[in-house]
Amino acid sequence: MSEDIDRMADLSEQDQERLAQTGLEVDLKNRSGSFFQVDQDIKQAASLEKGIEVLAIADALEKYDWLQEYSWKLVPRDKDQYTRYVAGQPEPNGFVVIARKGSRTVYPLQACLFLARSNVQHVHNIVIAEEGAELHIISGCASASYAKTGSHLGVTEFYIGRNAHVTSTMIHNWGDEISVFPRSASVVEENGAFLSNYVCMQPVKRIQMSPVAYLKGKNSVGRFSSIVVSTSGSYMDLGSVAHLLAEGASAELLTRAITTGGYIVSRGMIEGQVRNTRGHIECKGLILRDGVIHAIPEIKGDVVDTELSHEAAVGKIARDEIEYLMSRGLSEDEATATIIRGFLDVKITGLPDVLQKQIDAAIDAAEHSGF
Amino acid sequence: MLHDINLHIGVGETHVLMGPNGSGKTTLLRTIMGFAGLEVTEGSITFKGQDITHLPIHERAHLGMGMQFQRPPTIAGLKLGKLLQVTSGGNTQMVGESAAYLRMDALLDRAINQGFSGGEIKRSEVLQLMVQKPDFVMLDEPESGVDLENISLIGNAIARLLDKDVHIVNRKRSGLVITHTGYILDYLDADFGHVMCDGVFRCHGNPREILKVIKTSGYKECLVCQKI
Repeated sequence: MSEDIDRMADLSEQDQERLAQTGLEVDLKNRSGSFFQVDQDIKQAASLEKGIEVLAIADALEKYDWLQEYSWKLVPRDKDQYTRYVAGQPEPNGFVVIARKGSRTVYPLQACLFLARSNVQHVHNIVIAEEGAELHIISGCASASYAKTGSHLGVTEFYIGRNAHVTSTMIHNWGDEISVFPRSASVVEENGAFLSNYVCMQPVKRIQMSPVAYLKGKNSVGRFSSIVVSTSGSYMDLGSVAHLLAEGASAELLTRAITTGGYIVSRGMIEGQVRNTRGHIECKGLILRDGVIHAIPEIKGDVVDTELSHEAAVGKIARDEIEYLMSRGLSEDEATATIIRGFLDVKITGLPDVLQKQIDAAIDAAEHSGF
Repeated sequence: MLHDINLHIGVGETHVLMGPNGSGKTTLLRTIMGFAGLEVTEGSITFKGQDITHLPIHERAHLGMGMQFQRPPTIAGLKLGKLLQVTSGGNTQMVGESAAYLRMDALLDRAINQGFSGGEIKRSEVLQLMVQKPDFVMLDEPESGVDLENISLIGNAIARLLDKDVHIVNRKRSGLVITHTGYILDYLDADFGHVMCDGVFRCHGNPREILKVIKTSGYKECLVCQKI
């Protein structure tokens, strides 16, 4: 069990496959670094790239006094019962990634959080991209095939410096009795960009999150994309919040949601707080089998010259699209699967190919299991 | 909606269907293809000797039927090239050649019909049919909204679809073409023409002569004509 797992390769073949579905690589071939935590035990924290540090948070706080200035500054300790639980731990767990000034990664850094035996896995992560740094993180979160119940509480604070570019792609593969409560926030400085992508296509008991982005630098960019499939028995309450706090700041929140019997609340909130800012929310939902998609897009403009918009649509696959493909020789099932595939195919600008491929693979896996 | 439809299209024949707007031409094509919401209440549809009246659409397609849509839907996220890969059975070379012929190379990476111009939609439709290679092609106003340069491109492509480059004796592919303007006839040498008004055939005959009458007197002549 967890104490016997020191490397990802020590996991059972079945669990390695579950992690592969979250985009993680056991052999780290296309990765610039890795963090691996099983329950509360950190097994690995290593960077293969110059200019990038990957540390366990306890070690990092000991090594760098200044890190205190970044800890619990974006996510308040007392935000809710989950953050209080994580903040109350005598031994903090999780990772710290520091991308030094001007550093660039070709390959993403991978963080694997694996829930095996514990009832609760708690993590606190801090990501710092200094001026001009380019950093790509893929977080794969999964539970062991034998883990039937449990909770994952994750706090992540992102600091994106001037001209820095950070993508964070999170792919989840939990079990149908696992509850998940990520709490994350980011701050983006001048000309910085933060792209956050979330993919969850496998059953989960309950997931609730609403990451917040503070776009406080001039011309800063925040983009949140979510691709989710909710199966029967799953409850997903997902949203993103963006505060446009400087001239030229822009935010885009994009969601593709499918229910095959589960409950999805898709939230989005953009607040334009200064002039010359832009924001757009797009949520498209497909109800394939009786379930719920509740889209709640909110936009709030506080000043003149902020441009905010939203569009939301929930519905079914159009009959004329299915018949169109059938007339080309596809069966009704093939036509339906092809249209769903296209619906989920959101190309995310600025994402490295290797990460886009992971997202595509997650869609493939869901497609093969028949959604 | 349609009554007393008695139409036989032989191997290698091209038939033209004319008639005022709303007369039921597209409905006839959709009925032959098997679309939902259209029910054959009397009679049957036979294709290659097989009763297909109740076959699902894709089985008709597998038997060799194909249709060009006048207003095809947009399918978000489904690239034209991807669909052609599937319908061609992975024949990349054939897809490439056909796309080049119809000057659609640049659009293969775009979602089907998303932001396509009128001419591009028509070329996309004809391209899909070139790759599908149906034995019986139904075309719904292939020339409407197409500029002069594209008309010859589309016209020649459709002529190929209908085996017009094959000697009449060996011609295997058949077609049913809806046209309002008749421009497409310059490329097709259609064999028979039919006029439909209010869901009923009003005339059968030489397509060019029918077109000539319609051009001079309109469809009102067909409504009073006792020839049929």
